[in-house]
Amino acid sequence: MTKPFSPLSRRMLLGALPAAGVVTSLAGSVAGQSQGPLRGTVSEGIVQPLSIAIMIAGTEPSGNNIGEQITKVIIADLQSSGYFAPIDPRAFIQTSLDVNLSPAWENWSAVNAQFLANGRAYINANGQIQADVHLWDIYSQKEVQLSTNPNNPGIGFANNPVEWRRVAHKHADLIYERLTGEKGYFDTRIAFVAESGKRGARVKRLAMMDQDGANPQYLPVEGSGKIITPRFSADGNEIAYMALSADSARIFLYNVRAQRGEQVGQVRGMAFAPRYSPDGSKLAFSVSQGANSDIYVMNLNTRAASRLTSDPAIDTSPSFSPDGSRIAFTSDRGGSPQIYVMGADGSGARRITFGGGLYSTPVFSPKGDLIAFTKQSKGRFSIGVMNPDGSGERLLTSSYLEEGPTWAPNGRYIMFFREPPGGMPSLWMVEVNGRIERNVPYPGGASDPAWSPLLE
Amino acid sequence: MNVSMKSIVKVALVAFVMTSVAACTKKEVAPPPTVTPPVATTPAPKPTTPVPPAATALPPVGVAPGSQQDFIVNVGDRVYFDTDQSSIRSDAEGVLAAQAAWLIRYPSVKVRIEGNADERGTREYNFALGARRAQSVADFLTSKGVVPSRISTISYGKEQPIATGADEESWQQNRNSHTAIVSGAN
Repeated sequence: MTKPFSPLSRRMLLGALPAAGVVTSLAGSVAGQSQGPLRGTVSEGIVQPLSIAIMIAGTEPSGNNIGEQITKVIIADLQSSGYFAPIDPRAFIQTSLDVNLSPAWENWSAVNAQFLANGRAYINANGQIQADVHLWDIYSQKEVQLSTNPNNPGIGFANNPVEWRRVAHKHADLIYERLTGEKGYFDTRIAFVAESGKRGARVKRLAMMDQDGANPQYLPVEGSGKIITPRFSADGNEIAYMALSADSARIFLYNVRAQRGEQVGQVRGMAFAPRYSPDGSKLAFSVSQGANSDIYVMNLNTRAASRLTSDPAIDTSPSFSPDGSRIAFTSDRGGSPQIYVMGADGSGARRITFGGGLYSTPVFSPKGDLIAFTKQSKGRFSIGVMNPDGSGERLLTSSYLEEGPTWAPNGRYIMFFREPPGGMPSLWMVEVNGRIERNVPYPGGASDPAWSPLLE
Repeated sequence: MNVSMKSIVKVALVAFVMTSVAACTKKEVAPPPTVTPPVATTPAPKPTTPVPPAATALPPVGVAPGSQQDFIVNVGDRVYFDTDQSSIRSDAEGVLAAQAAWLIRYPSVKVRIEGNADERGTREYNFALGARRAQSVADFLTSKGVVPSRISTISYGKEQPIATGADEESWQQNRNSHTAIVSGAN
């Protein structure tokens, strides 16, 4: 029960736990947001989300109940993951617990809690918001180590008070990791295109927000034109995007810290569909010259670009494998848009999609075990995943129009955008096994999401 | 089918407009509006000649030859494509031939061919598809004698729809190439 926690938790997730019907139904009201119902899948069998109680206490000197705020964010994070059913705090029997003490086990098993995250939030000596949290396994009546420090199995994260939500996300990430065996993804950001205005005269701006939709902001991009397809560098410090004006299509690199953008290279024709290599040293993109579109790769240090494909057909949407050795891309060289994989030097291109329908926007998962894609079939668009050789295709979601998949850094979730007929686009996320599908809130049109790596 | 019927009607209408405008100018020898400026806001007096029922579709009297308006109204600045195709359809050939003739007649005009796609494709692919359509039109114009240096091309992918519906009729409208005059018009 102690050290190798992930295998155990996997077993728990797969249904060895008592049902938590009451708890699950309560949980819906907790998050308070319109999140889709939890959905098990055939491939995983019937899955019960882990029921967990979150209880962080603490008040700032100003009287602000920071503990409650952090609790709410952790609950919303875990709830949205599809793997947890947080319990409504109003159901708690034990309503306060010193962070250094063990819980009253029977009070927690009485509300069907399988786990309890108990902690306190306060302003530390450096003036930062800090939360110290311990995680308890109610059934085995033991602490689950959140930190690697054997003398202090709990964990504390601190941050500047303005970024108190990150303190909550960090804790949610660790709880998620300890109990599912996968890295968390809550302390991440989404770069996207904020859309406004009428169709046909859309204003498209570069924007960024937290993974849960909090703290949306426009990024100060110079110049005019529509901003299209932002993509994060692997370290999250840069965003490559396409800027489209009446007479040009160019790629820019935006430095997130310096809040500055610069155009990369001067190519004849249109440059679009940028994507970083995993080590950040290269940028792959498409160049259209005349009727032909090919994939190029640029060394970002020397700014020298070389052409990888020379087929007269359309070659676009390049995406590197995580080891940098291969590039998946969209091509219609066979007569219709399909997905191909080639060596990172352009060698040995091979078609991998034969499922009937049109395939595009391939994106390698962070582990390289899957490729996410957009499929068009029977008048609908779907987001799906398949093995890098094209086998094992699974469609996760479908609608009138959706595209642009981007992976969470842990490879378990895909965000994309969906546009209803004649309507504004919005961001959605789905779990790779179809466990959850939910809207990512943003007050306006939102498209072309790009998921950042975990923040430092 | 619906669409090609439409296009035929459109071509016919354009032809009609062209002939009727030609007839008008022949009869009246209309002075350029700048010579006898009426009060800017009052509409021009109605012509005494009887107007056909389609009068509302007629261009304003006095479109200056060689102007952008002339090009748009009397030639046609947009042609349409089939789904995921960039070949010039037969119903587009007449319009493009007229574009070429007009451009040869006004040699100082420079144009930008803007390729567009409907929303039934993914964003990046549609940029490439629109580029193909624009080039297809550019090739047609140069084959008719327009000097290539007068033509530039760009693709707007699916970013500039002209029809906002979510049906085949709107998608057809949005699969187009637009010939925009960038300089040199009267």
